[in-house]
Amino acid sequence: MLFFLSFVVFLVGLYCVMTRKNLLKIVMGIVIMEYAVNFFLVLLGYRMGGVAPIVTKGMENAKFVDPLPQAMVLTAIVISIATLAFLVAICVRIYQKYNTFDITEIRKLKG
Amino acid sequence: MSPFRETKAGMTNIVKTIAKFVVPPVIIFGIYMILHGHLTPGGGFPGGVIVACTFILLVLAFGKEVAFQKLKISTASVIESAGALVFLSVALIGMAVGGWFFFNFLPVGFPLKIISAGSIPFSNIGIGLKVMGGVFAVFLTLIMFRLTTKR
Amino acid sequence: MWQIYALAFLMIAGSLVAVHTKYLLSAVISLAVVGLGLCVVFLYLQAPDCAITQIVVEVIALIILIRATGVERDLLEIKGRREVFALVTVILFIIVFAVFAFSALTHLPEFGYPVMRVAEEYVVKGLRETGAANLVTAVLLDFRAYDTLGEATVLFTAILGSIIVLREIGRKKK
Repeated sequence: MLFFLSFVVFLVGLYCVMTRKNLLKIVMGIVIMEYAVNFFLVLLGYRMGGVAPIVTKGMENAKFVDPLPQAMVLTAIVISIATLAFLVAICVRIYQKYNTFDITEIRKLKG
Repeated sequence: MSPFRETKAGMTNIVKTIAKFVVPPVIIFGIYMILHGHLTPGGGFPGGVIVACTFILLVLAFGKEVAFQKLKISTASVIESAGALVFLSVALIGMAVGGWFFFNFLPVGFPLKIISAGSIPFSNIGIGLKVMGGVFAVFLTLIMFRLTTKR
Repeated sequence: MWQIYALAFLMIAGSLVAVHTKYLLSAVISLAVVGLGLCVVFLYLQAPDCAITQIVVEVIALIILIRATGVERDLLEIKGRREVFALVTVILFIIVFAVFAFSALTHLPEFGYPVMRVAEEYVVKGLRETGAANLVTAVLLDFRAYDTLGEATVLFTAILGSIIVLREIGRKKK
């Protein structure tokens, strides 16, 4: 059931990317999709009644949750900030050239 | 005209004073998080972003012109490249000593102590420097573009 | 468990508001609601490393979206004529995508009982072989360090790209 909820968040992001006309709204849709994918990956690694995968004294044989998706998500979060900055840089350049964020007016493909 | 015109000399006195007091503990917290990455939650990624956050706070509080005299974008680029070189050199030393890339060439040591886990703290320091320099460089680039463009 | 459900519904509501609100600044704040909800969900799912990184990155994303783009310049959302054909196509595509994805999601292992074929080795041998008490760091920097190297490359490339896109020196003057 929680998998479906994370997928619904992904669908909202997809809807935002496909229907909005503002470039910044499209960037926000991409960010929402990133959040949904991170949520889904961490959900996959949860173990019922598990504890966080950090060994402390006297807990060497406890029931840990899966550390592998958490490590991958940790890198994915930091990549998402760099790609967001890159997208914003492109949006600012487009605004400087066309004086608008409206994608229906950005049609001239001149360099 | 522009809403940024009044913030060019920085924010109000309250924000500047609070920023002066808040910045050093937060930098120390970020360094702690980088150095204890193999024992507690944290590590190079969040620690580097926290230290970058304090620089961003300085830029936002004291205005762009004042901040650009102290913190240059070339410094951030040098920090980022240094982090990447530290990370790569740890991997290459592992290859020279043990035979394969990312070999853990130092002794493992006693678990749950600060000096343990072989070469993982050095990799953490490299990652932290890299993320810190990268995030701060990208922020400075975006801010500087708004400063120098005129429309 | 009910906290995770409540936070997931909060995230859905926040993203819907971010899509449909009229002012761009409100949309950015709603996006922050989604990110902070995700941070608390990470805490409930026993992933403190991801929670710390998420909350810090969320703050920086908010600052970039507000200050660097000047959201307060174009306050209103752009209103265009509604193209009926495009809207129908989008809804049809999303329905098809959702049907296939839901049928795929039912084949996953049940929530709370993951398949830990590789990760069992990491959990059992992680402390003894690497000496790192934080198993996430052990996976990140020892067992799967190549992933981290690739991540560092992607970070470097993205930052290089944004610096090149925004350069002032060396562009052709008009």
